Amino acid sequence: MSIMEYNGGSVVAMVGKDCVAIASDLRLGNQALGISSNFQKIFPVTDRIFLGLPGLATDVTTLRETFRFRVNMYTIKEEREIEPETFAHLVSSTLYEPTGGFRPFIAATDLIGCLNFAKDFVVAGTASTKLYGTAEGLWEPDLDPEQLFETISQTMLNAVDRDAYSGWGVVVHVIEKDKVTTRTLKGRMD
Amino acid sequence: METSFAITGKGYVLVASDTTAARSIVKMKTDEDKIKVISPHLLMAYSGEPGDTIQFAEYVERNLRLFHIRNNYALRPSAAASWIRRSLAQSLRSRKPYSVNLMLGGFDVTTDTPHLYWVDYLGTMTEVPFGAHGYGAYFGLSLLDRYHNPEATLEEGIETLKRCINEVSKRLVVSPEKYKVKVVDKDGTREIEL
Repeated sequence: MSIMEYNGGSVVAMVGKDCVAIASDLRLGNQALGISSNFQKIFPVTDRIFLGLPGLATDVTTLRETFRFRVNMYTIKEEREIEPETFAHLVSSTLYEPTGGFRPFIAATDLIGCLNFAKDFVVAGTASTKLYGTAEGLWEPDLDPEQLFETISQTMLNAVDRDAYSGWGVVVHVIEKDKVTTRTLKGRMD
Repeated sequence: METSFAITGKGYVLVASDTTAARSIVKMKTDEDKIKVISPHLLMAYSGEPGDTIQFAEYVERNLRLFHIRNNYALRPSAAASWIRRSLAQSLRSRKPYSVNLMLGGFDVTTDTPHLYWVDYLGTMTEVPFGAHGYGAYFGLSLLDRYHNPEATLEEGIETLKRCINEVSKRLVVSPEKYKVKVVDKDGTREIEL
């Protein structure tokens, strides 16, 4: 049993026309036993950067705190907000630090690094194989924010229903140039 | 085997833990108190590797007490839980990690709300309406999915807690015989006889 499957959970992010969306499930488990149905895996970094961290839950929390600290230090030193691309490199270098448990999260680095570079979508977590399937089928180029929301929601909901380690609700953030819309979706609770 | 439950209700958190101290297959004693009062409005039920549990619980207790003395106010439940989680997460990556699972029940006097945190030895933390550790979790959590009510009075909460304890006694092969129950609310912490 890999530590990446110990707590379960999945994240997907998609590109639309002048917008991006990121979604995750809300489950926290101990292998097959569900503990919480409100465990957030997506964290706001700045007003227009969201970081999704599926994986070992202790590292999810620790990394979230580490990034909050490093971004705060960056903001104070530079006297401006960090750019998404710069932040992607900060994530990459933080995860590459040889501190044991941090290494498995290199997959999440791809996710963030790709937000800017991928033309379509990126997936991560225990339902990643299923997410590839649903996302490949549903996503198309130049979706507007509402269409993108529908696409990412259906992608996530249908993928996590096929994964025992993900599910128990879904949260979706749609990020546009000047606003962020967050919605919590009802999912199957079994 | 070791079991602990905790549930939130209207203005309180109930924390229950069994009272057995076992070594291998032998029960060494059956009146061990495994719920520590770590600040005026915070309870911590601990279980796991004997030795580690008490060592870690006292470490937490004294550091939170030190904070209280230095600053003249106690940490709020969320802040205390974050500090405790970080201690466990750092310990996990050390030479000799603590094997301690926790349930943290607290009452935030600034917002008048009860809070319950589920924490495991890896440093995984999540706020929950109800939670459990040990083999009892497999029976108690599904019961609580059905019967837990966040608006329940203390009496109703105790009834729900009894349901969990009775189910564990009935179905678990290695069930504990006695439990200690403590409650935290706006008036602080106190022990309850079931």
